[in-house]
Amino acid sequence: MSEITDLGVAAIRDGVAAGTFSAVEVAEAFNANVAAAQGALNAFIVATPDHAIEAAKAVDAKRAAGETLGAMAGVPIGMKDLFATTGVQTTAASHILEGFVPQYESTVSQKLWDAGAGLLGKLNLDQFAMGSSNESSHFGSVVSPWRRPGSNAPLTAGGSSGGSSAAIAARLAPAATGTDTGGSIRQPAAYTGTTGIKPTYGRCSRWGVVAYASSLDQAGAMGRDVTDCAIMLESMAGFDPKDATSLELPVPNWTAALVGDLKGKKVGIPKEYRVEGMPAEIEAIWEQGIAWLKDAGAEVVEVSLPHTQYALATYYIIAPAEASSNLARYDGVRYGLRDLPDGAGLQDMYAATRADGFGPEVKRRILIGTYVLSAGFYDAYYTKAQKVRALISQDFAKAFEQVDVLLTPTAPSAAFALGESNEDPIAMYLNDVFTVPASLAGLPAMSVPAGLDAQGLPLGLQIIGRPLDEQGVLNAGLAIEGRAGFTAKPGKWW
Amino acid sequence: MSTYRIQGATGDWEVVIGLEIHAQVTSNSKLFSGSATAFGAEPNTQVSLIDAAMPGMLPVPNRECIRQAVRTGMAIDAQINKWSRFDRKNYFYADLPQGYQISQLYHPLVGEGSITIEADEKAGIPEDKVIGIERIHVEQDAGKLMHDQHPTMSYVDLNRSGVALMEIVSRPDMRSPAEAGAYVSKLRTILRYVGSCDGNMDQGSMRCDVNVSVRKPGDEFGTRTETKNVNSVRFVMQTIEHEANRQVDVLEGGGKIVQETRLFDPNTGTTRSMRSKEDAHDYRYFPDPDLLPLELDDAFLEDCRASLPELPDAKRARYVGELGLSAYNAAVLTADVDTARWFEVLLGKAAAAQGKQPADVAKQAANWLISEFFGALNKLGKALDTSPVSQGQAAELLALVGKGTISGSIAKQVLEIMLETGDDAGAIVEREGLKQESDTGAIEAKVDEILAANGDKVAQYKDGKVALFGFFVGQTMKAMQGKANPQVVNEILKAKLG
Repeated sequence: MSEITDLGVAAIRDGVAAGTFSAVEVAEAFNANVAAAQGALNAFIVATPDHAIEAAKAVDAKRAAGETLGAMAGVPIGMKDLFATTGVQTTAASHILEGFVPQYESTVSQKLWDAGAGLLGKLNLDQFAMGSSNESSHFGSVVSPWRRPGSNAPLTAGGSSGGSSAAIAARLAPAATGTDTGGSIRQPAAYTGTTGIKPTYGRCSRWGVVAYASSLDQAGAMGRDVTDCAIMLESMAGFDPKDATSLELPVPNWTAALVGDLKGKKVGIPKEYRVEGMPAEIEAIWEQGIAWLKDAGAEVVEVSLPHTQYALATYYIIAPAEASSNLARYDGVRYGLRDLPDGAGLQDMYAATRADGFGPEVKRRILIGTYVLSAGFYDAYYTKAQKVRALISQDFAKAFEQVDVLLTPTAPSAAFALGESNEDPIAMYLNDVFTVPASLAGLPAMSVPAGLDAQGLPLGLQIIGRPLDEQGVLNAGLAIEGRAGFTAKPGKWW
Repeated sequence: MSTYRIQGATGDWEVVIGLEIHAQVTSNSKLFSGSATAFGAEPNTQVSLIDAAMPGMLPVPNRECIRQAVRTGMAIDAQINKWSRFDRKNYFYADLPQGYQISQLYHPLVGEGSITIEADEKAGIPEDKVIGIERIHVEQDAGKLMHDQHPTMSYVDLNRSGVALMEIVSRPDMRSPAEAGAYVSKLRTILRYVGSCDGNMDQGSMRCDVNVSVRKPGDEFGTRTETKNVNSVRFVMQTIEHEANRQVDVLEGGGKIVQETRLFDPNTGTTRSMRSKEDAHDYRYFPDPDLLPLELDDAFLEDCRASLPELPDAKRARYVGELGLSAYNAAVLTADVDTARWFEVLLGKAAAAQGKQPADVAKQAANWLISEFFGALNKLGKALDTSPVSQGQAAELLALVGKGTISGSIAKQVLEIMLETGDDAGAIVEREGLKQESDTGAIEAKVDEILAANGDKVAQYKDGKVALFGFFVGQTMKAMQGKANPQVVNEILKAKLG
């Protein structure tokens, strides 16, 4: 038998249920990996080994008592530090929330605990989920377990869910939650050879998740493979009366209906995604993906999403606009950081607290958002962006009259080195070029590992589906997964 | 047309007034959270995670608050928008935990409507006047800062944070302090009828932002100022008076009116500048992405409409048309929903007690309520809701008068005893021997005695001094200790005096 920490969600759950190993053994194994990797990878902001053990004990006791076990029973997971967890510090990787310990549990995390999962710790991320490299975290960058051959240069694990992707790739956790606003699950998954799905907007409750951009934020599952993601997402999703944007729909049994046979399905290849200057390797992996899907029985056709070129600009108006308002509550009055210089009045306290509490990328987005909403600019920026957003959604709707899913690369490159892109924010924003359109349209989308580039770094392919058709996305993902046979994992150097 | 004018050195000025009224929605819980809304609770005891804007908290609209706002819109004959939306109004203040207020700028729940203020000659309102209402939108209230709890710090009470308000925005249709006062009173009456706001201005349940400008009659609108948070009808009228006169002084002194926000000082009855337009916040309104557009279906609207009570204008018309009350009495009885309710219960019981239709006893009940009972209660410092006399007891008293058992003047005495003791009218009349004498024989005997004793006056009467009739009535009543049926006394006297 391979090591427990090489196992994924399904294998651990089934092993615990069968008595192959106990849930406590699993938790101990992952706890050890978390502790051993922390200095090198910085994937966690807070480790919670006791929580993991306690949840595991509860599962073992349930099993001993012959009780029915949940879908995630005995599976310890990492929780992106954007989800509020009762009694465990929740920071959004920011200084302004450093030391903030919620008295409440996010709906998504509660559902996972109810399904029998345990908490290994709170995972690092870009501050307030704003970033594509994890370099904006107040608690230091996550370092990818992947390296270029012959180089010790630390690479990015992607962002914003970079702690999640790194932890899964380095076998610190079999699975983790992520959140995706413009690609924050899919891009880190692609950079680390892991799998991640963002469901349709409204599938997972946003209650208790620190907000970045409310109309885009969506929680999702990250794991080793498609099946694990399906299992986990089933446990996370569902209507929540506490979130007015939550969809009042039953959660389908995606796992049971998983099938990699795409006979009768049509796959669209959006021609506008063939961007200028796309690396040949990305082009090649995309072609490879097309071949795999054909092999799985799908018909592949070219489609057009004519407004794609405006997606990034649209996103970088809408998301900062919402963020500038969402982050106004961090003011030093009720919780979190308060900087109160001698003799300071209210305005001084706001200024000092927010200047000290937010990092540069967060400030940049608050400024952009404040600007685009301000009198005289609102129509030119925000109103216009909303119109373009509607056009982008229409593009997808039209394409989906023709095809069942879309196939694109997840990111325009493999993982870059830390420090390589952070000088130029615009270059950093370009990482999201393939993931942002689906976010703007609220569509389900996932990234699956497809192969390695010439330097041995993972590349991912993205599948985008119709609203509510997570099943179609998962099935196409499974078809690629089965044919890609991606088994590469980073050599352990930490 | 209002004739109210400010007499300036350069001639007459007309004042133009628009009011924005914030009315707290009557509801057990807040607009977007389940927290309670009771007035006067200990600080920070009615605050949920949402009201305190903890990280990751989300608003969910409270159906009851929306329902109340829709019912209010229907009560002012307004357009109800089946599709509306919430917007965020962004600004920083310590009493605003989210850093934004959830309000409705672009697509309010309620559109154009109107209310009618009644003619009041004495107040300078010569005829009924329709005041346009531009919109009603719903929004969150803010918390409250307490500056008197600590020498250097301010404390924040979030009990009010997130409570639902209706902002009712009038057209600039009012032209005098009296019209504005009548509008606020009428609106308050309607809100209390509908039950969507308790209208308690002293507790802050209703607050007015008063927009005032002046112009020479016939000119374009002048620049307006807005005086915030005025919290009584009298203060609204004072604000307008002061502000209009101040503006006239400024303009006639060669100055210009600055568009600004002002504050009313109840101690001096004057207003002072709070901030000018240049310092005004840029609120960066945008649709709240945490909330979907509010879409109302026909069943919901039908339910709202069906739950509306009879409204003051309709009730007043019915009191005049069906019950035969005077316009004045009808206006008095319908001005407050509690009075109207009390009257209607009394009316039902009074009719039953006398075996008559309500319309046949309505005048009697209305007159008694307005000219006897209100005054008597007032003397005791009580109101209808704390009245020691119930409608059933009052109905019994009215029936005793109606059947001729006691006279109107005896009824006054009986009422006084009822208010003192809480006893029933019948028992008091019995106990005190106040029953009216209608026995013709007994009265006739007394009349004969009196006529005999006053032969000179009888002669004068017969010579044409008919005013002496009252003297004979008085003497007879006195001899009967006030208990004689006055009608019988009249008849006998008339017959005997020829």
